Order: sequence, then structure tokens, then C-alpha cells
Amino acid sequence: MATVTQERLFGKSVKRREDPRFITGRGTYVDDLRLPGMTYAAFVRSPHAHARIKKIDVSAALKRPGVVAVFTGKDMVGVNSLPCGWDLRKAKNVPGVMQDLAIVPHMPLASDAARHVGDPVAVVIADSQAAAVDAAEKVRVDWEPLPSVTATDKATQGGAPAIHADAPSNVAFKWEIGDRVATDAAFKGAAVTVKKRIVNQRLVANAMEPRACVARYDEATGELTLWVTSQNPHVHRLLMCAFVLGIPEHKVRVIAPDVGGGFGSKIFLYNEEVVCSWLSRRLKRPVRWTSSRSEAYLTDAHGRDHVTHAELALSRDGKILGLRVKTTANLGAYLSTFAPAVPTFLYGTLLNGVYTIGAIHCEVTGVFTNTTAVDAYRGAGRPEACYVLERMVDAGARAVGMDVVELRKKNFIPKFSGAHQTLVAVVYDSGDYGAAFDKLLHMLDYRKFRAEQEAARKQGRLLGIGFSTYIEACSIAPSKLVGALGAGAGLYESGKVRVHPTGMVTVYTGSHSHGQGHETTFAQLVAGELQIPMEQVEVVHGDTGLIPFGMGTYGSRSASVGGTALLMSVNKVKEKAKKIAAHLLEAAATDIEYQNGQFQVRGAPGKAVPFGTVALTAYIPHNYPEGLEPGLEETSFYDPSNFCFPFGAHACIVEVEADTGKVKILRYLAVDDVGNVINPMIVDGMVHGGIAQGVGQALWEGAVYDDASGQLVTGTMMDYALPKADSLPFYETDRTVTPTPVNPLGIKGAGETGTIAATPAVVNAVVDALAALGVDHIEAMPLTPERVWKTIQASKAKR
Amino acid sequence: MYPASFEYHAPKNVKEALGLLGKHKDDAKLLAGGHSLIPMMKLRLAQPKHVVDLRRVPGLAGVKADGKALVIGAMTTHWEIESSSTVKSKLPVLAEVAGVIGDPAVRNKGTVGGSIAHADPAADWPAAMIALGAEMVCEGAKGKRKVGVDQWFLGLMATALKDKEILVQIRVPLLPPGSGAAYMKFPHPASRFAVVGVCAAVTLDKQGVCTKASVGLTGAGTRAVRAKGVEAGLVGKKLDAATIEAAAQKAAEGVDVQADLQGSVDYKAHLCRVFAKRAITEAVKRAG
Amino acid sequence: MKLPVTMTINGQKSSHDVEPRLLLVHYIREVVGLTGTHVGCDTSQCGACTITLNGQAVKSCTMFAVQAEGAKITTIEGMAKNGELHPIQQGFWEKHGLQCGFCTPGMIMTVVQILERYPKPTEEQIRHQLEGNLCRCTGYHNIVKAIQWAAEHMPAKKK
Repeated sequence: MATVTQERLFGKSVKRREDPRFITGRGTYVDDLRLPGMTYAAFVRSPHAHARIKKIDVSAALKRPGVVAVFTGKDMVGVNSLPCGWDLRKAKNVPGVMQDLAIVPHMPLASDAARHVGDPVAVVIADSQAAAVDAAEKVRVDWEPLPSVTATDKATQGGAPAIHADAPSNVAFKWEIGDRVATDAAFKGAAVTVKKRIVNQRLVANAMEPRACVARYDEATGELTLWVTSQNPHVHRLLMCAFVLGIPEHKVRVIAPDVGGGFGSKIFLYNEEVVCSWLSRRLKRPVRWTSSRSEAYLTDAHGRDHVTHAELALSRDGKILGLRVKTTANLGAYLSTFAPAVPTFLYGTLLNGVYTIGAIHCEVTGVFTNTTAVDAYRGAGRPEACYVLERMVDAGARAVGMDVVELRKKNFIPKFSGAHQTLVAVVYDSGDYGAAFDKLLHMLDYRKFRAEQEAARKQGRLLGIGFSTYIEACSIAPSKLVGALGAGAGLYESGKVRVHPTGMVTVYTGSHSHGQGHETTFAQLVAGELQIPMEQVEVVHGDTGLIPFGMGTYGSRSASVGGTALLMSVNKVKEKAKKIAAHLLEAAATDIEYQNGQFQVRGAPGKAVPFGTVALTAYIPHNYPEGLEPGLEETSFYDPSNFCFPFGAHACIVEVEADTGKVKILRYLAVDDVGNVINPMIVDGMVHGGIAQGVGQALWEGAVYDDASGQLVTGTMMDYALPKADSLPFYETDRTVTPTPVNPLGIKGAGETGTIAATPAVVNAVVDALAALGVDHIEAMPLTPERVWKTIQASKAKR
Repeated sequence: MYPASFEYHAPKNVKEALGLLGKHKDDAKLLAGGHSLIPMMKLRLAQPKHVVDLRRVPGLAGVKADGKALVIGAMTTHWEIESSSTVKSKLPVLAEVAGVIGDPAVRNKGTVGGSIAHADPAADWPAAMIALGAEMVCEGAKGKRKVGVDQWFLGLMATALKDKEILVQIRVPLLPPGSGAAYMKFPHPASRFAVVGVCAAVTLDKQGVCTKASVGLTGAGTRAVRAKGVEAGLVGKKLDAATIEAAAQKAAEGVDVQADLQGSVDYKAHLCRVFAKRAITEAVKRAG
Repeated sequence: MKLPVTMTINGQKSSHDVEPRLLLVHYIREVVGLTGTHVGCDTSQCGACTITLNGQAVKSCTMFAVQAEGAKITTIEGMAKNGELHPIQQGFWEKHGLQCGFCTPGMIMTVVQILERYPKPTEEQIRHQLEGNLCRCTGYHNIVKAIQWAAEHMPAKKK
């Protein structure tokens, strides 16, 4: 029987309940699955950045031992293109469209041409993974190599090879936001203007678990089960059934079991899971595919890759009068699932930042190149916006000769609650930007640092400090709004609360945890609301066979959107339970209150029934209210009325080694405001990880293509530099709490803050360290030692 | 991650191993710690038909002090060197080098002989072996021969080791009294190979005049080299900061510096100079 | 041609005929069925496959199964004894040293060696010794804290 608890769970750093299985090696990731009769897939991929496929000869591969079958794109008759879920077209009345999105085909196996290195063109299925890999080497593809282009700012230049027939000049779309006329006027009258070219380099998500899938078709029932590394199993199912394979959605079950990190890269529908699902139906055997890390670099959707020209107009005394941004966004060779949304509605809408700005205009051109498709990577558009703005604010401060702290303070949007209309469409929910910054400055002791910096400079040491006062849009997203912006999906979330007869509770969420700790936080939330111990609440996620249709986890939406859906179901459960309790207590339902796990009659102490008794009564309804359905289980879908806007202030202190250009982080401080927090330990952990990724972009990471050959030069973990333990400090973190009025939990969202804030903080710090040498900008990241050293040399040459 | 098929051999002695090399010729590859070969096999960049594993050959591992040299078995792991009390007392710079190779798990399995025979242009050991004047002992059908380190590294992953020979031992002379040695490295941010690594060994007389200087450089070019210009700038001089600085300016001379993602030719040549200076400065400090 | 191989994994003897090219990690995962040891890369960088072999941390992706003939291996599944977590496991739990959990088994096996070689490690030693283990979730902050916690809670070594 259920017991009650008085413990307040919301806001408590409860240890994670998923950990025991992970720390003992008992997690179940997709590649851990073993099914009888399993076959293994290996893909034949293009070694060329761009090449026409003249002929594919699979005969030698078919003769290899253990091979079950070999297929090419031509065999996949009736299979459609992978869909793009965001439609930027004037005919759809999507605001800001200057040139319609070129919707180009993306077949699961390319049969006309390969458009990037790694593009799959054939698949081998064998009895073992090794046999499949052996045979894949024997598939002969007769290639006709074509010229290629990989660089973002060269894609639309004359002479660049055309990648898709339907995308002239390789332009995918053109889009704008803000007020062009007002911005032009603001610049005309401004005393000070600064202009910078800002490159936000291409990144690879590098979740530690490579993507994988197992597809099993059951001939007897006609059901297909797909286990896949997904952040949103229902989205995978819908896209695959309705758009690509044309198979009945109710006969497909998608399961995302333990998933080893996503960071956006596991949102999207990929070629491999579609092909394996198709194969399993065709071969009537289970098919497993697990990406190697080298394949992951070539096929997981990449992130960022912007080239931007930004201008800031200021008054002599440092008021920000105007911001003009022109960005070219590299989308890669194909349109990934949400690709067009990232450099538009998740980017341009954030350019107002935390500042009062006179006028803003932003124009974005999406381009195709012979590279891996680009889509959402942790932060997705918002880090790019924050980077542009925070770099420009620093550059603006230097141009007017003001301290970067003073300039920020001068321009913050004053504290507000309820609504603040920005110049770029979105309406902020609540904010106190100055308070977070003040807290950070206090932690930092800013004046003391400046004195230390000056003293160090006299000894020839280069210390620098960088700030980033950021905002982001989370809690994605109001369905009606995103629909008007071109989304092909709603962005509500589902939550079901099932109270069992014994009073135990199972919670079903459409959110998906791939590290976020939902099994803990949602149990805290629901147990707290029901005033029962956490042990009596189980959380189920990641299985379309069990949970109501849900949209999954990305955009820092799980706690705010998914949590609210659960809260709504809990409230419905309580309302029904009150009716049952009222009947048992012979009172009016309106007189029942729920306290300490008891339903009691208001003002009549002792007249009470415990939660467990009510639950049992709901399932054994002998003595039961007339007309009330038995059972105690409720489902809710919560569609937020607005985004939520977490914000905060980060600072980084670096030392630059002058003779090598190497950057060392001495301190990293963060004050985040993510609204209310269910589990501070978990939120802090996400902030830490986000910071590391943001620092990674600033200092080490970058997917580099050789523009001549189109080859990915950073195609392994030996080449692509991920942050390591010995290159990072302990982070100093704190919070301010400004609850959002958007949802009843007051939660804004916390999954991406660190990644958004950290990159500009680090780069601003390095520029600050070099400021004494006359440096005010470094165009490109990562700030490799060589790049920093060359910047120092160039500044010396100038002086 | 799935190497091509091969036949596995685990010979019980050097003679048997040499027999296998003779029989399978170019189709055979020697396997020591496996930390260069196996990653290449996993990516199928190497597909040997025969793999001859030396781990069962007795007597190939271990460190001994032998009069004026340390005798290191080719199959000695980096960790064994990093943690050896003999090394730490007789030639601590070797433990310093070992401790910055790869990562702890790599050091547990990777071997000094494997590294030196593989001759990766960014490996750490070659710089140290050059600076310390090591001798490689190779065994073939006709017995053993010694090759001085200056005749060893011939080009990109090419050494003086012959096809039907096995590197069995490395003899590293101890430094005379009044000496100091140091290894300074600029690690690759991902692989932790040396973008540039410099090992310097100096011997000073009682007046502080440098009587011998030996500087090995790895990472920048296609093979590890002796920085002769730097050495010439040190010998016969008192090694103050200005002298070291001037000598280190010659560090990149004669190096076929290769540009890559970690740096242009200019930058890497600059790093050669910076790390030469750092290594020499530290070596001098330790000599004094 | 398959070769016989016998080793002891978590105290259990394990004998199979395997292809020489079979990597030890695939032997452990696919043949023996212990899936706690993970594969996160193909170039021996990530450390997700770390096990201890004859007492040393090794990357089981960089060894052939046949090379482990006669070896004593411990995988993550062998760390808890009689249902009781090892202090290192406990440390990761207490200090929130994991999020997605994928790197965790390899991390823990590496830490076994860290604490053996450096029973009272400094922060710098811990960070240097973690060079061969990548984590994408935690930014390492709480992993280092977890190791510090474990170092304080390791039972005193019997002499």
C-alpha cells in the first residue's frame, strides 16, 4: 500500500535513480540488443564529395561468405525521400521568406549521384558485422567524380558546381527578420559603427554512443519494431511511416532505450534506420546497424557553420542603436529534418539578446554544399545568435572606448515580468538580466581581476576576461506559432499518469532522456505533487508502444513542456480522486482538500482517506460515486503558450601563452537563470557539460573539409579535438531564479545554456587578453594556438 | 572497427618469429603493443595476412642497467619505463617521455620498441632516443647488429630495420655527471601525439661550460631528426638565456616541416624553436 | 581459421574458438555477452571500452581476443561485489559523475587504476590520468569530484 511523505521533492538534489544500472554496466543501449536470427548491415559510402554513379556491381559482394543480400537505391522501389519538416515558402505564408526553400530529394540510398563523402549508395546484409564489412569492400561502384564545393562562402559563387537541379546557384533559401528601413536609418545617424566578419565553424555533436538501430519485422503480426538511438521516437515513427516507407503507423513500434547522449544529433530521421526498417520487412529477419565513429563523423548531422557579416551602431555614450546581420548558413548536401528552422527562426529571433537595441535587421541565405547535412546541435541557432551579438557588444564597447561591463549594464533591458516584445518577433517571458550579471561580477571580483591583469601585463603575461550575457529560447514550442513559421509538426508534449490499484504510480512521458535524468526528475515532480515517496513512482519513456504520442527531447523542453503535461495529468488525477474521496467521506467534492497524502474534509480534522484507499476504490468501485468512471489514470497534452527565455551571465578568465598562442582557462564562472529548478544537481551537471561543449567550440573543435578534394579532414577522434579532462577547470556556478509565467511550474529550461553562453565568453576573453597588443577581433574559431599566435604576430607587425 | 581476416602467430622465440617473417615476407606484420598497428587494422588502412605477435617471446621486455647504459627490451611498455625505479634513478628523462605518451591505457600496452620500429613522425620516443644517442639492437637470421640512432630514422615511417629483422633491444647510454635532460612537447589536442617535441641533453663542466649537447626533435617533419645547428650553438658556451635563445633559433633547420591542421610550416618551425629553448633551458637547470 | 582462447572474466572462466581478427571488446560484448563495456570510437581515443587486464587498464578495442589468452579480466560488471557497489561506482553516483552513462564503465575502469597508482591523487593527476577517456555530457567537473570522493572512501589497503 502506498505511504505518504511530507518531504518536499521539488528543488531537491536527489541522487539519480537511473545511475545504478549505468554504473554497473547494466544499461541497455541499442547495440546491446541480441535477437535470434539477427543480421548485420554495412553501408557502401561515397569516397567522393560529389560524383555521378554510373553503375554499381554487387556480384562479387554477394559471393562473399555469410552475405544474406546486397541492395542499392534502385532496389528500394516505392521508397520516398527523407522529409524535411520545415517548409520555408511564401505560399505557406511563412514570415520573412525572400526566396522559397528549395526542397531537394534525399533518398535513403543515393542512386543518381553522391553529394558528400559518406553518402550511402548500397547496403550489405550478412550473418555477422565483420562479414558485412568484408563484403561491402567488394561492392564495385563506377564513379564519375564531379567538381565539389564545401566552403560556406563559396557555395553560391560563380563557377561552384550545382549540387541539386532544383536549387539554382546552390541557394537553399533566403530569409529575413527585423526592420531593414529602421536599421538603415539607425546606422545613418550613429556616431560609432563597427563591422566584423564572424565565422561560426562547423561542429560535430559527438554523442559518446554512436547512432545505431535494430529493426525487427514480425511476419505473423505484420508489426515492425525499430530500436533506434532517438531523442524522439514518435517523430521517427511518424516521419518514417507517413513520408518515407508508406507503412501503417500503428503497426510500427519505435523504441529508444538507453541512449548515450544526443545533443541534437539524434533528433533526425536518418538514412540508415529507414534502410534497416525496409530491409527487415523485405528479408523478414532482424537487421542491426551500428555506426562506427568514422561513419558518425561523415553522417551524423553537423551543427553551426555560419559566415556572418555583422554591424553594430552605437551612440557616442554607448547606447546600442542598431544591429545589422548578414549570414550565410551552410546546410550541407541535403535538407536534414529541421535544418531550415535552425539558421532562421532559432537564430534571427534571438538577435535582440538581453539588450535594448534601436533597430535590428538580419538576412540569412541558406546554401547547399558537398558536405554532411547540418541541423540542430545543442543550442541550435541560439549559440550562433549569441555569439554574433556578444562579440559585437565587445567590439562596440572597444569602439566607443567603454568597459565591456559598463556597456552591457547600460544597455540591459530593465527587469520585467509578463512580457517584453523584442524587435525580432519573439516576446520574452520574464527577465532580470542585470541581477544575474551583478551576481556574476560579485563572484568574480571584477575590479580585482582588472588590477591583476594590469600587473600581469607588466610582467609580459597575457591575461584576459570575457563575458557573455546571453538569452535563449527554450521550452519549445507553441504549436500554432511554429506552424505559422513553417513547422511540419506540433511541439506540445504528452504526459500520462497511471495510478495502480495499490496506489503505485507509473508515469509515461513523451520526453526522452538520453542523459537528462527524467526518471529522477519526473518522479520527483509527480511524487511531490501526489505527496507520495519517489519509490512509488516509475517513469516510462522512449517507447511508442507504451506512451502517448509525444514530441521528444530537444530545445530544453522536457521539464517545462513535458513536466507541465505531467502536472496537468496529476491535477486531473487529484480532481477525480477528490470525487471518490468525497463519496467515501460523505462530503461534497468541493470540500475535499489533499494534504499529507490524505483526502480530507476541509475543517473536519480526522475525516480523511489516504491516497492509497482512493486508488483502490477507483479499481474496486463497489462503494463509488454515481456516473463516475472506474480507474485512476489521466493523459494530458500540454501545448505551451510561448517559448521560455532562460538567461544568464558567464565569464571566463584565460591566459594566453605568447610564444605558442596556447590558451589556458584559469577560471570559468556562470550565473544562469533557468526559472524554477526541480533537481539542482542535475541542472548544474547539464550546465557543466554545456560549458565544456561551448569551450570546445571556442578552443578546439571544428569539422574541417579540404575544399579542393571535399574530404572531411577531421574524420576521426584522432583529428577532431574534443574537450578532455586535463584542458578544463572546475566551473564556478550559481543561479538567480526568475520563474516563467508561461507554465505553472515556472521552469524555463536548462539543457543548452552552457553551450550558448560559453563560446563567446571564451573568445571575448582571448581577445581581451590580446587587447593590449591592439587586437580587437579574431574572425574564426577554434582559437587554435596557431590562430592566436598568428593574430599576435599580425598585431606586432602592424605596430 | 572490423579488421580484415588474418592468420595469427605467436612464436615462442625470436628465431621462430624470424622464420615466420622470412616465410610470409610482405604479408606479415609484427605485433608488439598493438597501439599503432591495431588502430590501422580497425580502419582497414592495414590488412596484413599474417600477424606475428611478439608477446610470447621471452626476454624481450624489461629494463636493466648495464654499466654505462640502460638496456631496454623492445617489448617494454611505456608504463614500465614511466614507473621503473631503475629508469627514475639512472635516466629520469625516459620516464618523463613515457609519461606523456598517449594516455594511461596506451602506455600500459604500447611498447618502446614498437614505437621506434613504427617510426611515426609524431611519436615521442624518437626525439629522446636521438638526444640520448641510443643504439637499436636488431636481430636477424645471421644474428644481432647494432644501429646508432642517427642511422635509424630514414624517412616517413621508415627505419634502418630490415625486412627480416626484429628490433629486440634499445641501449640508451647513461648521461655523464654534470648532465641534465628534458623533454618538452606540444601535444596534439585530440591524439596527444607530438605536434612538436624536443628532447635535449646537455653536459656542463665545472665552470658551467657546455661540453656536450644533444637535441632530438620530433613531430614537425616526416621523421625525427637531430637538431645539429642547435647543438653547435651550445657546445663550448656558458648556457645563459641568450645563448640558449640564439641556439634554439636553428631548431627547424634541416627539418622538412609538414603543414597540417595543427599548423602551417611557419608556425611549426616556430614551435620547434620555442620547444628547443624550453627543453634546453630545463635540461640546463637539471644539469646544474 | 578459428583459434581457441581461454581467459577469466570477472572470476568466470571463458573459453571459445574465435577468429584471430576478433577484437577483445567484441569478444566481451558479442561472444561472452557482457555489454557494459562500450565502443565509442574506432581509433582508440575514447576509452569507453576500458577494462582491466591483469590489473592494468587497457582499451579492449586495441587488442585481439586471442592476445588475452590466459588473462584475468575485470569489466564493469565485475566491480560490484555481492550487490555492494565499489567505492568508485558509489562516487560516480554520489557526485553525479555521469549523465548518459555511455562513457561511465570505461571511466570507472580507468579510475580503478588511477586510485591504485595514486591513492591520494591531486586534481591535476586525476585530470592527466583521464586523458584517454572522453565524456561529452559532464564537462568532467563531476567526474573529477566523483574520483575525489572515491579516493576518500576507498578501504585502506592491506599490507
